[in-house]
Amino acid sequence: MNSLFSLIPLVVFFPLLGMLINIFFGRMLMADENSKAPGVIASLMAGLSFVIAVLMFVALLGEPEGVEVPFMTWFSISAGSRTLSIPWTFKVDTLSSVMMLVVTGVGTLIHIYAIGYMHGDIDEQASKRGLSSDEAFDLKRRRFPRFFAYFNLFLASMLILVTGSNYLVMFVGWELVGLCSYLLIGFWFDDPIVGIYNSMAGRKAFVVNRIGDFGMVMALMLIFWTFGTLQFDDVFARAECMRTASQFECLAVDAAQMVETSPNFSLMFGFGLLQPISFGAITLSFQTVMIAITLLLLLGATGKSAQIPLFVWLPDAMAGPMPVSALIHAATMVTAGIYMITRSNVLYAMAPFSADTVAIIGAATALVAATIAVAQFDIKRVLAYSTISQLGFMIAAVGLGGYVAGIFHLATHAFFKALLFLSAGSVIHGIEHGHHATAHKGHGDHAFDPQDMRNMGGLRKHMPTTIVVYIVGALALAGIPPLAGFWSKDEILLDASKHDPLIYILLTIAAFFTAFYMGRQVWMVFFGQPRTEAAAHAHESPPVMTTPLIILAVLASIGGLMNLPFGRLHFLAEWLRESVAYAHVPAAGEGFSITVAVISTVLALAAIALSYIIYGTKPLQEGQADPLRVAGPLFTFLNRKWYWDEAYEAVFIRPFKCLANWLAFTIDWRFWHDFVHDSVIIQFFDGWAAILSRPVDMGIVDGAVNGIGRLVAGASSRLRRTQTGYVRNYALAVALGVVAIVAYLLIRFFAN
Amino acid sequence: MIPLHWYLLVAAGMFALGIYGVLARRNAVAILMSIELMLNAVNINLVAFWRYMAPEALNGQMFAILVFAVAAAEAAVGLALIISIYRNRETVVAEDINLLKW
Amino acid sequence: MQLPILESINLMAVLPVLIIAGWACVLLVFDLLIPRSRKHWTAWLALVGLLGAAVALFFQIGHFARLGSEAAFDGMVTVDGFSIFLQVVFVLTAIVGVLLALDYLPRHGIERGEYYVLLLFTTIGMMIMSMAADLIVVFVALELLSIPLYILSGFAGMRETSEEAALKYFLLGAFASSFLVYGIALTYGGTGTTRLTGIAQAVTSDALNLPLTTVGMGLLLVGLGFKVAAVPFHMWTPDVYQGAPTPVTAFMSVGAKAGGFAALIRVLVTAFPAIASEWGTLIAVIAGLTMLLGNIVAISQSNIKRMLAYSSIAHAGYILLAVAAAQRSENASFAIGAVVFYLLAYALTNLGAFTVAIAVERDDGTGTEIDDFAGLGKTRPWMALAMALFMLSLTGMPISGGLVGKVFVFQAALQAVPGDPLLLAVVIIGVLTSVVSAFYYLKVIMVMYMREGEGKAVLPLALKTVLAATAFGTLVLGIIPGPVFQMAQRAMLK
Repeated sequence: MNSLFSLIPLVVFFPLLGMLINIFFGRMLMADENSKAPGVIASLMAGLSFVIAVLMFVALLGEPEGVEVPFMTWFSISAGSRTLSIPWTFKVDTLSSVMMLVVTGVGTLIHIYAIGYMHGDIDEQASKRGLSSDEAFDLKRRRFPRFFAYFNLFLASMLILVTGSNYLVMFVGWELVGLCSYLLIGFWFDDPIVGIYNSMAGRKAFVVNRIGDFGMVMALMLIFWTFGTLQFDDVFARAECMRTASQFECLAVDAAQMVETSPNFSLMFGFGLLQPISFGAITLSFQTVMIAITLLLLLGATGKSAQIPLFVWLPDAMAGPMPVSALIHAATMVTAGIYMITRSNVLYAMAPFSADTVAIIGAATALVAATIAVAQFDIKRVLAYSTISQLGFMIAAVGLGGYVAGIFHLATHAFFKALLFLSAGSVIHGIEHGHHATAHKGHGDHAFDPQDMRNMGGLRKHMPTTIVVYIVGALALAGIPPLAGFWSKDEILLDASKHDPLIYILLTIAAFFTAFYMGRQVWMVFFGQPRTEAAAHAHESPPVMTTPLIILAVLASIGGLMNLPFGRLHFLAEWLRESVAYAHVPAAGEGFSITVAVISTVLALAAIALSYIIYGTKPLQEGQADPLRVAGPLFTFLNRKWYWDEAYEAVFIRPFKCLANWLAFTIDWRFWHDFVHDSVIIQFFDGWAAILSRPVDMGIVDGAVNGIGRLVAGASSRLRRTQTGYVRNYALAVALGVVAIVAYLLIRFFAN
Repeated sequence: MIPLHWYLLVAAGMFALGIYGVLARRNAVAILMSIELMLNAVNINLVAFWRYMAPEALNGQMFAILVFAVAAAEAAVGLALIISIYRNRETVVAEDINLLKW
Repeated sequence: MQLPILESINLMAVLPVLIIAGWACVLLVFDLLIPRSRKHWTAWLALVGLLGAAVALFFQIGHFARLGSEAAFDGMVTVDGFSIFLQVVFVLTAIVGVLLALDYLPRHGIERGEYYVLLLFTTIGMMIMSMAADLIVVFVALELLSIPLYILSGFAGMRETSEEAALKYFLLGAFASSFLVYGIALTYGGTGTTRLTGIAQAVTSDALNLPLTTVGMGLLLVGLGFKVAAVPFHMWTPDVYQGAPTPVTAFMSVGAKAGGFAALIRVLVTAFPAIASEWGTLIAVIAGLTMLLGNIVAISQSNIKRMLAYSSIAHAGYILLAVAAAQRSENASFAIGAVVFYLLAYALTNLGAFTVAIAVERDDGTGTEIDDFAGLGKTRPWMALAMALFMLSLTGMPISGGLVGKVFVFQAALQAVPGDPLLLAVVIIGVLTSVVSAFYYLKVIMVMYMREGEGKAVLPLALKTVLAATAFGTLVLGIIPGPVFQMAQRAMLK
């Protein structure tokens, strides 16, 4: 084993160290209000983590089959002859190294960007609350290090997730990133105006993710029950084994022992003729168990990766500060579902039904989210739905078996979506500055929304860097060659066209909408005339923010190089071959289809052209309605996000609340309280009490209680008096004790 | 030879006398002396038991010597305490020393 | 050439005692060279000695966990898990005793190096008590424990109460120990030996002198019962606890009591198993009386030290209950484990409570009334919280060592009920008096939090350390008692 591999724990511990430093010394590090030390430390730790990830990559070049680096035993439980041992082992293979590189690389850039952004954001908060300069400094001293502590914790958690060598450690990371997401969405929970909405958004994300996590936990239990382990390698090896052999043989346990611990009867459920899997009294066929496991894993993925039906939390999650949206809710955390499914590719390969379900869900999400994005006005929400849509592409890809395409798109998407979010952050930052410049002159309007695209326009003059990088990101997202997004999206579409025409059609339409809404956004934000004073006075962001943007723009442009579908240039496919057993690897010469590429490119260009006709030729004026409103109810339908939230409200939340109300008011209050308590019990009680109170209670019980109280108090003060203070009295007590003891012993002795 | 129980009776008498002294005398020095009397009664017992019951081992004798030593130490501490109290309060009467009670 | 004598002396087994003893003698001389204004040097040096002993003990723990027990001085002392465990308690208590005095003595103008030397000597007495396998050693250790304590009680010489406490303690202590010696003499007369194992053999095989031995045993109970403050030999306790300088009170309320129990357990269980039902009944009755009197009289106390004194009497009752339970040989090991665990829990809690009392006490020795605790909840929230924890632990409320100790004690007693039905009644008394005890312990908490007051307290670093350590220990014993109790049970006599 290459000795570089032993460095792998550091990839987690650097950010953890950064978090600890910021937690304990953050305030001290903030010497003055322009101090950036906490952010610098956090970025440094993220950078060191990236260095480790690169070292892992280098080490893997020599040993592409990967290694598992043991770190510690998390817990070990023995019951009888069997042991459940969960080690915390770092799995370094080609798949996890790709994830590490993306997470730490993009993460580092976003950390650096956040230094500038959060300074501005906290100043903005301080002015919103009307704080004095001392109070504002105090706010900054508290919140600036806190933000970076959360951010570093997120990085560490995400790395735990992708480097864990078993499902349980992955689940720990899975939950930790969820926690960080919650903490960061609600970062401004105390915002004077929208604080309550921020915290509600955090809560929504948490609750919706709980539903997915329920699926994860159930899947983990089923996996453990079926395979007797949670280690990835063992699970997959035993799953392969169980295709042909029995559960006993594959688990290498004594069949007699299994019988001994099973009940006498057992029921057989499920379809397929494969091996029976025993769950105590219930026995399922192997096929059924695999479908159950994979569907439950999928439920987890739909939660974390914001797919139908659990995607509703992600748009709300945009309540968090912009770097949070970029890092957690676009580039990394939300891709955990894709990673998890890719990691479990062996299981999905054995459950084709689940794999098809995955693909359908992904494609449907891609289309639905893309249509919603068309009708949004909030710059971040457009990007949020775009993210959901792109995640749908990835999920569809991994569902089809195109794991390489999925991971490829995951990586490129991390580049250009992070870029888009951060540039949007730069835009908002600029608008807010502009808003301040005007607000101080008396034009201020507190209901002003710096994220509403209707309040922007004409920013190209004020933000020369931002517009360039934004357009690069938008073109990459739209899939215009030769930018990164084109190559990865094309690979997904090609895979879909080969395996499932329905998916291909859905995804192609989604791609069309993608290009359209990005065009719409660019025209609305950057072109035309400023529609507000704030937009007119916007200015470019500082270099600490624009530098990461430029780097990301470069990555978004040339990211396709990592996996060009031509001959030996298909690096990523070669790379992942070692760790993803069931990936489709196209035969030589079939990695690229000119037809698919032309169709998607033409459609994308057409969509951009359409958006130019609608938004570019006649720029939106101040107060003018969106031209798409001509579509009438359809636009409203899209603007209201297909009424998903309302549907959930009607289907789940309202019935749930009704049930809760019914339980609370009817069952609990009227029945239990009013009827059972007030009528039955109380009357019964009153009756008895009448009997008991006078004669029994007053006379006997009260007397006894008061009597005992008086007795104790009296005894206390009387016994106290025996302590006379005269030493000879004490000696007398001793002597009497001696007499009593000796007398007792002698009497007892002679009585025998 | 004088039977063992004579010694025991004498010792018991001395011990009882000592107890009486502790309980009856008011002077702290006298109480201390009574305690010494009790200890010496025990010494008689010890030596007598040694001689009559287990003369082959030296336990009893040795213990008696230890009791002397301890008694001497106690007397030293006790007298020092009594003198110190006498200096402060000009009394050695046990009944007068009762600030601490109840 | 073989040196059988040296081998039978087995100095390594008593190494911790030797370290402290030697160090105390050196310190006694060395103290003369230390200028008056620098007496805290003596304290630090004493701490060094105690830490040395602690290190030696640490190594012995492993040794004795493997080997069981070892005899030393030709069988006069036995070193086993029981004595090691208690020695740890004693050394820790002594360390706390030094730390508590570090600031208290100069503040009250009574700083003299002898304090620390005497503390070391009495610690040796306690340690030897826990390993005594011969009645002579029991007596010598008891005196070695007591005589320095007499002096320490009177250490605040210019205060009349301190002097008075010392005189009372001394007169009664000497009185009680003369009964002890008389008891030893009678036992010696009845059995012809003073060795505990020898007595056990003689008592079973020869019934002729049984009255002598039985009465001797009864008188031994008097002497040791005095040390542990059992009714009716308890009367010195409130006066001495109140009068003595508070660090001394803290030290002796834990150390002297634990020493007494150590000897009591070993003597009764090792030497007198044949008359177990006799002493079992006696101790059960004494335990009941002790719990009743201690808890009831504590209610009407207004001085914190006096209240803790009665509380200390009451707790002696609970421990005696477990001692009585040890009469049945089949559950003796559980009962002894319960005693030892209770002693540890009580030591931690009580030292903590006295630490708070020291912090509240004023330089002139006043400020020891419970009313002086008023307002501490506001001015010293952490200290008040710790005090509340100690009070709850003494009452036996959850998540404190006190509760776990009580549960073990009652459990031990209930296991022994088939052999002695009287124990059931005593257990009931124990439970009821626990309820009564809540009354006066909670009063302290109430005064701290509900009553307005100045809430003044001096809390230097040494006290803070002790407070944190004892509170932590109390919590640990309450939350994860398992490991310690296992150790305590393994501490049974071998």
